[in-house]
Amino acid sequence: MWQTLYEELKERNFIVIAVAMDSRADAARPWIEQAAPSYPALIDRDHRVSELYNMVNVPQAVWIDEAGRIVRPAENAGAFEAFRSLNFETMTVPEDKAATAQKAKTTYVAAVRDWVLTGSASAHAFDADQARAHTQAPSAEIAQAHCHFRLGQYLLRQDRAAEGHEQLAEASRLHPASWNIWRQAAEVNDMGLAAGPEFWARVNALSDDYYYPPVDMAGMPD
Amino acid sequence: MTTILSDLGTFTLAAGTGPGLWLGAAAAEEATGWSPRPEGLCRGAVCVPVPGGRETEFVAGGKVNLAAFWDHMGHPSAHSTDGDIWVLGESAGARADSLRSLEAPDFTLPDLTGLEHSLSDHRGKKVLLATWASW
Repeated sequence: MWQTLYEELKERNFIVIAVAMDSRADAARPWIEQAAPSYPALIDRDHRVSELYNMVNVPQAVWIDEAGRIVRPAENAGAFEAFRSLNFETMTVPEDKAATAQKAKTTYVAAVRDWVLTGSASAHAFDADQARAHTQAPSAEIAQAHCHFRLGQYLLRQDRAAEGHEQLAEASRLHPASWNIWRQAAEVNDMGLAAGPEFWARVNALSDDYYYPPVDMAGMPD
Repeated sequence: MTTILSDLGTFTLAAGTGPGLWLGAAAAEEATGWSPRPEGLCRGAVCVPVPGGRETEFVAGGKVNLAAFWDHMGHPSAHSTDGDIWVLGESAGARADSLRSLEAPDFTLPDLTGLEHSLSDHRGKKVLLATWASW
């Protein structure tokens, strides 16, 4: 997804680190091989990056400057929930929703480019107070949920499936807002997607809430 | 043997039997960075004293009950039914302090070839840390 942007900007002291929230490297492998990124594409089977940065969905991203400081904390990286308008008869989304999704993506990518080229002068680079204000701190339940998730993944790798799934269920119960935890534990279809009836029931239960919350970024559609 | 998953990694160590997570000083330090001293459980200059009157819950027979200390320090943990696998997590407060410091938490993860990469390897560059998933 980021290869074009990275190739354009890699001589400007910029790197992309892509992290797959995938408990099985083999599930991520074909996607990575197809994208053939020239930046690091890492596998995070225990979702440690989600835990450290308090992420709940993909794609989410963090901007980190040359000194290792967070410039924009974890946020939706330009996704728009056009999929919620999917017509199951035609398997298409309405044109206006598709256009909005495209605009969200191009707006986000343009913002990254602007930050890479202009640094803290970029209108999209938060100062320290703004970055703190946009930081979502985890609750005690979320911290506990990540312990159960990590334990569950370890148990699954030890072929202790029943106990492992109990731990993953407990993680999801404690952190219901995390799509990463729920979808990782959910059954996948023959496309490898956790997008069955239970997924759609959870999405529909959001009602007017967002699946991909819009980010605080000039020009971003909501 | 008992497996411990902490922020420092995954460790398989000899632990005592029975409820809790009883480790010798060296094992406790290896798995968590915390080790028992006369003044309590310590990491660097920070020491957490044993709560008065509850010594036997925390320290006995040259071992320290990390589970009790972890709970006492307000950190989350989880363990397998048999107690042979423990996850010792970081508290929400510690994670929040870390994020609000704006110092990006470091991590080390493998690529598809097994080669490990750390965020800190790229200090000096702007980094777009971007997540995705196959599911």
